[in-house]
Amino acid sequence: MTDAAPLIVVEDLVKSFDEGDEAVTVLKGLDLTIGTGELVALLGPSGSGKSTLLNILGTLMRPTSGSFKMLGLNLIGARDVDLTEFRNRHVGFVFQAHNLLPDFTALENVMFPAATRKGRETAVDRRRATELLRRVGLADRRDFPASKLSGGQKQRVAVARALMNQPELVLADEPTGNLDRESADRVMELLTEINRDDKTTFLISTHDERIAERCRRQIRMLDGLVVG
Amino acid sequence: MLYAIKIAFRYLTANRGQTVLLVLGVAVGVYVFVFMSALIGGLAVLLLDRTVGNIAHVVVEPADREPVSLFGSEPTTLVAVLKSTQQRPTLQSAAAFLPIIRANPHVTTVAGEIRGSGFLTKGEALAPVAITGVESGEVSAIANIAGSLVAGSTDLTISTALIGSGLADTLGVGVGQTVTVRSDQNIEQTLTVGGIFSLGVAGLDDAAVYVNIRAARVLFDLPEGVSRFEVKLDDLKLAPTVALDIAAATGLKATAWTAKNQQLLDGLTAQASSGNLIKGFALVTIIIGIASALLLSTYRRQSEIGIMRAMGATRRFVVFVFVIQGALIGLSGGLIGAGLGYFSLLPFPPPAATSAAGLPVDVRQGAYLAAILLTLLGAVLASIWPAYSASRVDPVKVIGP
Repeated sequence: MTDAAPLIVVEDLVKSFDEGDEAVTVLKGLDLTIGTGELVALLGPSGSGKSTLLNILGTLMRPTSGSFKMLGLNLIGARDVDLTEFRNRHVGFVFQAHNLLPDFTALENVMFPAATRKGRETAVDRRRATELLRRVGLADRRDFPASKLSGGQKQRVAVARALMNQPELVLADEPTGNLDRESADRVMELLTEINRDDKTTFLISTHDERIAERCRRQIRMLDGLVVG
Repeated sequence: MLYAIKIAFRYLTANRGQTVLLVLGVAVGVYVFVFMSALIGGLAVLLLDRTVGNIAHVVVEPADREPVSLFGSEPTTLVAVLKSTQQRPTLQSAAAFLPIIRANPHVTTVAGEIRGSGFLTKGEALAPVAITGVESGEVSAIANIAGSLVAGSTDLTISTALIGSGLADTLGVGVGQTVTVRSDQNIEQTLTVGGIFSLGVAGLDDAAVYVNIRAARVLFDLPEGVSRFEVKLDDLKLAPTVALDIAAATGLKATAWTAKNQQLLDGLTAQASSGNLIKGFALVTIIIGIASALLLSTYRRQSEIGIMRAMGATRRFVVFVFVIQGALIGLSGGLIGAGLGYFSLLPFPPPAATSAAGLPVDVRQGAYLAAILLTLLGAVLASIWPAYSASRVDPVKVIGP
């Protein structure tokens, strides 16, 4: 539990998938509260429901039942277009495989969340994206095509992109999973620094206890429930 | 919208080879469209020129006299009334009608004529002929006699006649020889053959005789007036409307060329329909080509679409990106195809000047704007399915670990 003002409040969250004739329940009445400005590690074995929980918290997936509130807003039953706008403004993503747009430069990738909302790339956004790239140590790679960057560089661009719209929450699914140790440490340093300086809430899904130890709070999942 | 255009453009330029091939494919389809339009249009011009070029677009004659029953209109009485064939209908006050007919804005030429039938004899040889008396300066006003002259000249004096080449062959006469014309009024005149023409229309070349109108007045015992006016228009398609206008303005009978050439019109309509069918197939090919290429692109870029959706791109934005790609392909292919079509058709001579072995292509009738607009519309329609498909991509399913 946290003493900070709650950013996310989840109660009795259930998510089932149809697998042929039978339904497989991945989240089984999960309760969770995450406060503003927390740096949280989400631990658990494969199949424990970590990714499904992140997808629901990121509004990419709808739960089967239960309650999910973020920033005080009840997101259950919201229209797709409203969820998309909410996601754009309030949630950032860092995926394991960076997932940059390969035909765009580092700067264009970072600007994407702002440009897609405004319908154009503004000078203000360009300045902010440049500043974010400088902050993640990639000022000199600003105009490089994403496909020409190394794995660690791509992940740092992905971190910058996640921060572009100044979201309250950044969800990171195994952000260091594809990186060597040095790059992984660098990305984690970056995340903790941003969390400390900007008070951005991070929920980091990981198998790596070493990564989890760098987070101030650890949530353990097992078989669709929070167990610690 | 601006940003969607940027992304669409980036996607197209990211795969230059595929985009170039796709645009070229569209351009070829548009080229076929343009070429077929120019060919069908040119064929129509050629056929009309060959068929209608040497006849009047509207003929103005005295109105038919309405037969009148002398026995009243008892409902139980069946009365047969016959059209009079005893009198040659003439326009006695021809001069009064001329300004009325000329006042119509589409009328370019009006020629008064005395027309009648008769025989042309040379020695023992005799041929039935259609005699047309015209003012000497109006010989080529309707039929292009001057342009079809094969011997002699078009100077028409009171003692000369111009005859068709078929008629000259039948009678075995040449320029400078005398012939005798006997009208249906049984009046004879001896005239000298001043010129021989070949219009390429058997009906005229085998039987037409042009004489000076003063000679015609003697032949048909018609001291004043004309038999009819022959009218040429700036746009022969307007003939039915202009004929109605002239009839209403003069009270005379005005007949458009279309009334006597229904088969030609049917042929032209069938030809235009065939052309439209081929053009339609070209458009369908374009639409299928663009749709399949964009569907392939949608499939290949699924994970990128998923990333965009995860980053907050709306379904509408994704639809825009793919529809704009379709529109850009359609517009580029349309412009290139229409441009190629125009420049490749430029060297063709006008249909009327086309040789027998040549293609009667009319560069003015390439329907370039229609080709570009229809291709653009078709491309946008073709992109709707792929765009919709892209917008339904579920980010969770396509974003890899």
